[in-house]
Amino acid sequence: MQTAVPILHEVSYLEYKGKYKGLFSWILSTDHKRIGLMYMYAMMTFFLIGVMLGLAMKLELIAPGRTIMGPQTYNALFTVHGVIMIFMIVIPGLPAVFGNFMLPIMIGAKDVAFPKLNLLSWYIYMTGSILVICSVLFGNGIPDTGWTFYAPYSFKTGTNLLPAIFGAFVLGFASILTGLNFIVTIHRMRCPGMTWLKMPLFAWSLYGTAWIQLLATPVVGITLVLVALERIFGIGVFDPALGGDPVLYQHLFWIYSHPAVYVMILPAMGAISEIIPTFSQKHIFGYKAIVASTIAIAFVGYFVWGHHMFTSGMSGTAQYTFSILTFIVAIPSAIKVFNWISTMHKGSINPDIPFLWAISFIFVFMIGGFSGLVLGALATNVYVHDTAFVVAHFHFIVFGGVGFAFFGAIHYWYPKMFGRMYDKAWAKIGWAFFFVGFLTLYSPMFYLGMMGMPRRYYDYLPEFHAANILSTLGSWVMAFGLLIIIINLFRSAKNGAIAPMNPWNGKTLEWTVPSPPPTENFEDIPVYGEKDGPYEY
Amino acid sequence: MENVTQHSEPHYDPEASKLGMWLFIFTELLLFGGLFIVYSIYRFLNPVAFQLAGEELNVVIGAINTIILLVSSMTIAMSTTALQQKNKKLTLFLLIVTVVLALVFLVNKYFEWGTKFHHGIWPGSPHLINDMSKGEILFFGLYFVMTGLHALHIIIGMIFILVALKRVQKGTVNADRPSLLENAGLYWHLVDLIWIFLFPLFYLIH
Repeated sequence: MQTAVPILHEVSYLEYKGKYKGLFSWILSTDHKRIGLMYMYAMMTFFLIGVMLGLAMKLELIAPGRTIMGPQTYNALFTVHGVIMIFMIVIPGLPAVFGNFMLPIMIGAKDVAFPKLNLLSWYIYMTGSILVICSVLFGNGIPDTGWTFYAPYSFKTGTNLLPAIFGAFVLGFASILTGLNFIVTIHRMRCPGMTWLKMPLFAWSLYGTAWIQLLATPVVGITLVLVALERIFGIGVFDPALGGDPVLYQHLFWIYSHPAVYVMILPAMGAISEIIPTFSQKHIFGYKAIVASTIAIAFVGYFVWGHHMFTSGMSGTAQYTFSILTFIVAIPSAIKVFNWISTMHKGSINPDIPFLWAISFIFVFMIGGFSGLVLGALATNVYVHDTAFVVAHFHFIVFGGVGFAFFGAIHYWYPKMFGRMYDKAWAKIGWAFFFVGFLTLYSPMFYLGMMGMPRRYYDYLPEFHAANILSTLGSWVMAFGLLIIIINLFRSAKNGAIAPMNPWNGKTLEWTVPSPPPTENFEDIPVYGEKDGPYEY
Repeated sequence: MENVTQHSEPHYDPEASKLGMWLFIFTELLLFGGLFIVYSIYRFLNPVAFQLAGEELNVVIGAINTIILLVSSMTIAMSTTALQQKNKKLTLFLLIVTVVLALVFLVNKYFEWGTKFHHGIWPGSPHLINDMSKGEILFFGLYFVMTGLHALHIIIGMIFILVALKRVQKGTVNADRPSLLENAGLYWHLVDLIWIFLFPLFYLIH
């Protein structure tokens, strides 16, 4: 591979002066890197709102009975927390931020295939998000259905649900367009010589994700439209009083929303598959197995939605089938974990901050994965269904998995994105608090669920008090860690030490361009030779 | 690799835009796919009511609309051929015909829905809720949702065709760069195709 010579006077994308000035040079920019950062700033803002709602819920649960809020407020909080976190952060999260920023550079392209469409996706995303926020600020009452909008309550509740449903629909549209853009980009814009099996694994994971976004999102889109029409006109489709079937809503919802879990986790796995070889200075173990498992997860993920509905009324045959398929989907995930560990074996490990995030990701992801098997097994599922156990499992996967990978990715690519390095000591302190706080917050919920504490209640029996206190304490420790991390990242963007082109000695293409990259990424499109690859250490 | 040349001309990659359009059509099919699933399930559960309600619909208007859409699909396909043969006038003429046919389709739809409203049938109408069976309520609920969503797609398709028409007129879409028109054609065929399924499902199965 030709090593690109960094041209130091080349203007970086951050300083580039285009047609517009100031704010407009960002919100009218079709540069994939600027769009990626705009997504990041928006998401960080929403994320902090979501975190505060979560903290408020934990504070409510510090003691039995009413502590700081009543049941209606609590219902509203877990609904808005869920909608914001799921639809506005975790689903678009890694693809929209790091996919946008890194994908074109990693495959040696100057931009995505449709840059204008990419900017449009950001506007659609913002429109959807603002609609969701509107449902909180206006109307008579904050939505209280839970993020799943289950029928028939979703059209019986008097709260201002329509903007939230409509917002989720619009956000899905942004997700579809981003996925479409990535598929075309990967098909058409890989640099000469980069065959499919020389593509970085993060790009592969985005490819798998994009197909799920494309094929699953429309189904939930139409389902949400039907709920909205049910609310406005009373078409009857999900209303038992008019002949409709509310369980059908659950089917249609989970046909999308289970694959959506893989929209969340696949890019997270992809980011981890980049970090681990770089910090082990070793070729990734079992490249093809990771690619195959990515595709297998994307494929099998479509057929397991029924495990959300074991207690909703399904035939025994359907229950067994969904249970078995759920076990099958665990295999490709396990293959990936095996490959990551094997990559580290006999590697020259550099335990720097992104690596710490990556190994803590593997730790929490495995706990989340194993508890997923408890929920996938029919007998145990019926026992812990709708208890705190489910909440713990879900947060271990979605917050522990995707969240840790997101922070890992941000610490990994930060020097490339901003051209500066954060304070590593503070980053480690922040990580330590976050990690310990996370485990203290969510681990007790497994116990609570097994003991029978239901989810989505603002109150509980006195015997659950001790574990709940521990959990609430954990939420404070984690929030403290988060604060350190965010302040550190925020301050370092301006004041951090100047970062070199390749601080981690990575081998993927983004480390061959200056930090921060110039607007066009590459002076000349790189060419992959016979022996080049993303992990040739 | 096969795509070395595309970087010298980053702003025009007809293969990419065609692939993008096909992927988008895929999502549209799944959008309607969800509705077709709902339809099939409720038809299976309420066969008699669906049959009764289906007889309310006017097969003649439905058939005329089907013919209109099929012809419009033909005219837009012909317009792409005309563009390839560098006959700009004919291209524009055929595109205008397509838009006019789409308008006629919508006018027919308007009268069809108008008749239903006149008979007191609309989603959630008292006549529907009080005097009809649950299966019939579902049938008309789905009828309005599916044909309504389809009509919305007709409108989007018309806008798409009008944009292509404007570009052909300006000359930015021409025999060498026909992508936009071809994609408008693809989209229009999709809209047509969905109607081909809607028509028998609602009007013909008795």
